[in-house]
Amino acid sequence: MNEKKTFQRGRLVPLPTNAFIPERDLEKTPILEASHLGIDFGGLTAVDDFNLTIGRTEIAGLIGPNGAGKTTVFNLLTKVYQPTRGMVMIDGYDTAGMNTVQVNKLGVARTFQNIRLFNALSVEDNVKLGMHNAIKYNMAAGVLRLPVYWKQERIAHERALELLSIFDMQDLADVPAGSLPYGAQRRLEIVRALATNPSLLLLDEPAAGMNPSETYELMENIVKIRDTFHIAVMLIEHDMSLVMGICEGICVLNFGKVIAKGTAEDIQSNPVVIEAYLGKKKEG
Amino acid sequence: MKQTKRIPMPVRYGINLVLTLALWGVLAAMIASGVITNYWNGVLITIGINVILAVSLNIATGYLGQLPLGHAGFMAVGAYAGGIFMKATPLGALLKAGETGAAVPWIILALLIAGLTAGVFGLIIGIPALRLKGDYLAIITLGFGEIIRVVLTNVDSVLGFKFTYGAAGLKQIPKITSFNLVFLCVALTILIIHMVMKSKHGRAILSIRENQIAAESVGINTTYYKVAAFVLSAVFAGVAGCLYAGYLGSLVPSSFKFMKSIEILVMVVLGGMGSMLGSVIAASVLTVISELLRSVGDYRMVFYALLLVLMMIFRPKGLMGTYDFSMSRLLEKLINRGKAKPVPSAAEGEEAQRDE
Repeated sequence: MNEKKTFQRGRLVPLPTNAFIPERDLEKTPILEASHLGIDFGGLTAVDDFNLTIGRTEIAGLIGPNGAGKTTVFNLLTKVYQPTRGMVMIDGYDTAGMNTVQVNKLGVARTFQNIRLFNALSVEDNVKLGMHNAIKYNMAAGVLRLPVYWKQERIAHERALELLSIFDMQDLADVPAGSLPYGAQRRLEIVRALATNPSLLLLDEPAAGMNPSETYELMENIVKIRDTFHIAVMLIEHDMSLVMGICEGICVLNFGKVIAKGTAEDIQSNPVVIEAYLGKKKEG
Repeated sequence: MKQTKRIPMPVRYGINLVLTLALWGVLAAMIASGVITNYWNGVLITIGINVILAVSLNIATGYLGQLPLGHAGFMAVGAYAGGIFMKATPLGALLKAGETGAAVPWIILALLIAGLTAGVFGLIIGIPALRLKGDYLAIITLGFGEIIRVVLTNVDSVLGFKFTYGAAGLKQIPKITSFNLVFLCVALTILIIHMVMKSKHGRAILSIRENQIAAESVGINTTYYKVAAFVLSAVFAGVAGCLYAGYLGSLVPSSFKFMKSIEILVMVVLGGMGSMLGSVIAASVLTVISELLRSVGDYRMVFYALLLVLMMIFRPKGLMGTYDFSMSRLLEKLINRGKAKPVPSAAEGEEAQRDE
């Protein structure tokens, strides 16, 4: 997508010092650089001084206890909230002043913690809505049913089925999205996000409500998605087997602040993280 | 997945075209042979106008999921724009001389001008109004409808030109509206709305109703599509207004009161928000009922209210819900009877109600 490049403002921010980027991505511009990101709701500081860099094909995890501000970080990255402080660079472009739609055009797609599908529309239409900006015909061509309409809609239809087949959902294409079982709705959200042709996929608790075997399958699929589409994935998750299993870099958030960053081994043995999750050992 | 037979698209369009023509043929023959009297011919025209109003409001309420209360305002704009234009053209003389052929381009132009003027008003109102949601949007559109009516009541000349004739009303508008014209307009309106809704633009409009945050997160410019749906809704209201002007031959601002907007909204709600067929049926039924209740005058509003209350209790989603009838889908079901239950096809669902 070439229109993505219209917001160039040049690179301004140096890499945060404790950035974790897999070796294969070191040469390339990081897909996401957040520096000193923060937001206040009235007097409450929900997120403060959040720094994170994600490589082109990295799978990054964002974990933390409930209410730590993980989803708020996602909302800041996708501009559902405008940050009070700090800066987000996506693909090397500063996103200051952009809205959700523009950030999506830059290549950020997301799923939601509480599923937000277009319930009354069919599964296929949900995916096609993800492709909305890639389908190229204007309203007149649509009303007059010009050949371009048929061609674009056919391509979209085929592409939608192709994307649905990642999760083996192509047979459900005509079913209303709202009538899908919970797990399938979560998977459909991922497919819809993928349909926007992102370079960074943000997954908000993708395994919530899934049983261990479904979670394992999801893990495999996330890696498969990364490998086939060559995109970065950032996920919020409480299921530690998933996070420790596939995330190359993990960032731990507590009370809106980053308390630890590093690989799975680093995090597992980090006393600050253990304290945040389990509390402090009583003295004496 | 078991293979079920699908009717190819050209055949679907063919079926609908034939059905529409058949309905027109039957009604036209009944009018010609006098089975439908002159009075009921008039009712049929009113039904047609109301159907256009209802399906156009359905875009904003049913498909977009907003609640505008100023539809009569757009109708008024269209009616006055069309009326003033028609008076300025040789249309009246042409019709009197019986030269219908020469009048056709003027009629088309009048309808277009009415629609476009209403559309421009829709744009002007829509851009600020659609930043608001729910009750706020309802109130701002309500205000707009009233502004239009009050302006039309109080302004009778612009820059010295007699334009709208104030409270006395615009008179001697060429009576262009016939059953055939209304039928054609209804068919075209439903066709165009259907075509828009079954394209990527229609999907985007529906996605705003379903979940605006999700729509934005997949890169849909929600502001643009909200305004687009609103303008589309206004355009067809304007066309209906022009037909109304051409049917009555005179316009008074008081016929575009707030209650007119409510009347149209009642049609949409009763029919089921988001169902074109519902709007068509409800508009037809309510028009006939209000004709039958003409003798009791304004008390028919009591009946409307009662109908709404009962509807909300027993069928809160309206007559049809969001279901849209599709002749082809019905035929497919018949063809595939006995085989695997065909999955409901929403993607290519094709309505066969391009008629009143």
